[in-house]
Amino acid sequence: MSENMKTPILSVVDLKTTFLTNDGPVEAVHNVSFDIFESEVLGFVGESGAGKSQVFMSIMGILASNGRASGSALFKGEEILNLPLEKLNKIRGHHLSMIFQDPMTSLNPYLTISKQMSEVLVYHKGLSWSDAEKKSLEMLDCVKIPEAKMRLKSYPHELSGGMRQRVMIAMSLLCEPDILIADEPTTALDVTVQAQILDLMLELKKDFKTAIIMITHDLGVVAQICDRVHVMYGGRIVEKGDVNDIFYNPFHPYTQGLLNSTPRMDQNVQESLVAIPGNPPSLGQLSKGCSFQDRCDFCMPKCLEERPDLKITTSGGLAACHLI
Amino acid sequence: MLRLILNRILGAIPTLFVIIGISFFMIRMAPGGPFDQERQLPEEIIANLNKVYHLDEPLYQQFGRYLWGILQGDFGPSFQYKDHTVSELIFQGFPVSLKIGGIAIVLAAIIGIFLGTIAALRQNTRVDYLIMGFSMTGITIPSFVMAPLLSLVIGVYLRLLPVGGWGDLKHMVLPIIALTLPQIAYIARLTRGSMIEVLRSNYIRTAKAKGLPERVILARHALRGALLPVVSYLGPATAGIITGSVVIEKIFGIPGIGRFFVLGALNRDYTLVMGVVVFYGIIIILFNLIVDILYGILDPKVRYE
Ligand SMILES: Nc1ncnc2c1ncn2[C@@H]1O[C@H](COP(=O)(O)OP(=O)(O)OP(=O)(O)O)[C@@H](O)[C@H]1O
Ligand SMILES: [Mg+2]
Repeated sequence: MSENMKTPILSVVDLKTTFLTNDGPVEAVHNVSFDIFESEVLGFVGESGAGKSQVFMSIMGILASNGRASGSALFKGEEILNLPLEKLNKIRGHHLSMIFQDPMTSLNPYLTISKQMSEVLVYHKGLSWSDAEKKSLEMLDCVKIPEAKMRLKSYPHELSGGMRQRVMIAMSLLCEPDILIADEPTTALDVTVQAQILDLMLELKKDFKTAIIMITHDLGVVAQICDRVHVMYGGRIVEKGDVNDIFYNPFHPYTQGLLNSTPRMDQNVQESLVAIPGNPPSLGQLSKGCSFQDRCDFCMPKCLEERPDLKITTSGGLAACHLI
Repeated sequence: MLRLILNRILGAIPTLFVIIGISFFMIRMAPGGPFDQERQLPEEIIANLNKVYHLDEPLYQQFGRYLWGILQGDFGPSFQYKDHTVSELIFQGFPVSLKIGGIAIVLAAIIGIFLGTIAALRQNTRVDYLIMGFSMTGITIPSFVMAPLLSLVIGVYLRLLPVGGWGDLKHMVLPIIALTLPQIAYIARLTRGSMIEVLRSNYIRTAKAKGLPERVILARHALRGALLPVVSYLGPATAGIITGSVVIEKIFGIPGIGRFFVLGALNRDYTLVMGVVVFYGIIIILFNLIVDILYGILDPKVRYE
C-alpha cells in the first residue's frame, strides 16, 4: 500500500506503560508501536484489560498517578510522550482529542454543558465565551442532540447516558482535531444512534481529514468504519492488518478466537459461537514465551520459551505468532 | 429557596420542642436546687423564693409556663444573677464569643482549605507529610492542653501577650489561636482527602485531556466538588465555635457565653442553662440551614429537591 510513502501524523514506538501497585509493577502496555495517517480510521480491538485504553491515556498524559510511560510518541514529528504540561496542553484537547469510555462520569457534574464545551474553544482558539457558546450550540446540533439550546444550560445529571456521550463527542470535535481518539464511544448508545454517531465521525474524517482511532469491543463497529485494525492481547499488539484481512484472513489464533466468538450476519445460525477458553493473562507476573500460550489451541514447545515478534503474514499484515 | 427556608423553620419547631423538653426535665433531675448554699437558708425563705420563681408548682405547670414565656421571647429571670434576665446575660456574652469564634472559624477555613489543597496536590511528598503531621498533632492535642501551653509559652515565658482578660485586640490573639489550630488541622485533613478523591475522578481526567491549564482545572473543575464535605463540616463547626468554648473561655478569662453554661449548670440556675441550651439549638439549626442553602448553590443535583 501507499501508506509507507506518506508520513504518519502520529507515530508510536515501543510504548511501555507500567503501574506501580502494592503487588509490584503491572505492565499494562508492552512495546506497542503503530502509525496513524491522516483521514484514516484505525481500530483497536481486544478483550477487557488488554491495555487498549492505557495506550492512549499514556499518549494523552492522563495516566493514573501510579502509572509511568516510556518509549516515544511523535505527533507530526514532535515528541509528545511525557512532554512538560505547558507544551502538552497546547496539543491535547486541541489537535489531539479523546472521547472517554465512561460517559456517566466523564463530564463534570458541577458545571453546565455550555461551560464545559465553551472552555475548550476559549482556551485553545481564544474565542470569547459568547462566541464559544454559539459554536458549541452548532456542534450539539451536529451530533443531533434535540433541543440543543436548552441542553447547553443543563447539567450532566439531567442528561441520559447516550446524551452525555454525544456531548462528549461534540466537545471533542470542537477544535476540529487532527486525531480523534474514541474509546468505546458507542457502547452506551442504542443501535440507531450508534449508526448516526459513526456516520458523523466518517463525515468528520472526510471534511477535516481527521484521523480516528476507534477503540472497541464491537467488531460490527470495526467492520463499519475502520480501515485498519490492531488487535491487542495482554498489553501487546498481536496482529495488525487491513480490516478485510482481519475479518477474512485472520492469522493470530487470538484474532481467530475473537472472530469466532462474535455473531456474524453471513454466518449460519446453526453454527454456534465459540468463546475463547481461559482468562486474559495477569499482567503482573511476566511469564516467558507467548502471552497467549495457555489459551492457544496451537501451542508449541517454542511458544513456552520464546516471545514471538510481529512478522509479516501471507496476507501482508503482521502477526506475533510462531506459526509464521 | 424561600420554600426551603420556610420548610426548615417549620421543621425546626418540633426539634426545638424536644430539646427544650429533654433539657427542662434533665436539669431538674440533677440533685440540689438553685437556692442551695453553703449556709443553709431558713425554710421560710426558700419557700418564699420557690414561690416567687414558681418552683412550688407541679412540673408540668412550670413547663407550660416556661414554653409560654419562650413563645413571647422571654427566657425568664436568672436565679443566680438576680437583677438580670437570661436574655440579657445571653446577649451580653454572645457578642464576645461570636467575635473570637467567628474570626477563628474564618481563619481556620481559609488556612485549612489552602493547606489541604497543597497537601493533596503534593500527595506523598515532604510537603504533604509536613502538613499532615501538623494536622494529626493539631487534632490529637485537646484544647485544655493547647490553651494553657500557649498562655504559658507566649504569655508567661516570652511575655508577648497577656495570658488572659478581655478588652483589647491583644487579648483576643491567644484564644483565637487556641480555637483555630485544631480547626485548621481538621479542615486541612478533610480538604486533602476529598481533593485527592476529586483529582482522581474521571471528570478531572477529561479536563486534563482537554488541555486546560492546571490552575483552571483546580479552580473551575476540582475545588467545588472537593469543598462539599468541608462545607457540611463547617456548618455545625461554626455553630459550635461561635457559641463559645467553655474551656477556652475559662482558661483565658473571656466573658463569653460558654461561661454561663458552666456556671448555670453548677449553680442549678435552671433558667440560665435552659436559655443557653435553647439558644445553642437555634444557632445549630440556623447553621444547618445555611449549609443546605450553600449546598444548593454548589451542587446542581441538590437544586431540584
Ligand atoms: N492505576 C492502575 N493501577 C494498576 N493497574 C492498572 C491501573 N490502570 C489500569 N490498570 C491495568 O491496566 C490494564 C489495561 O487496562 P485498560 O484500561 O487499558 O484495558 P482496556 O483494554 O481498555 O479494557 P476495557 O475494554 O475494559 O476498557 C488492566 O489490566 C488494568 O488492570
Ligand atoms: Mg478501556
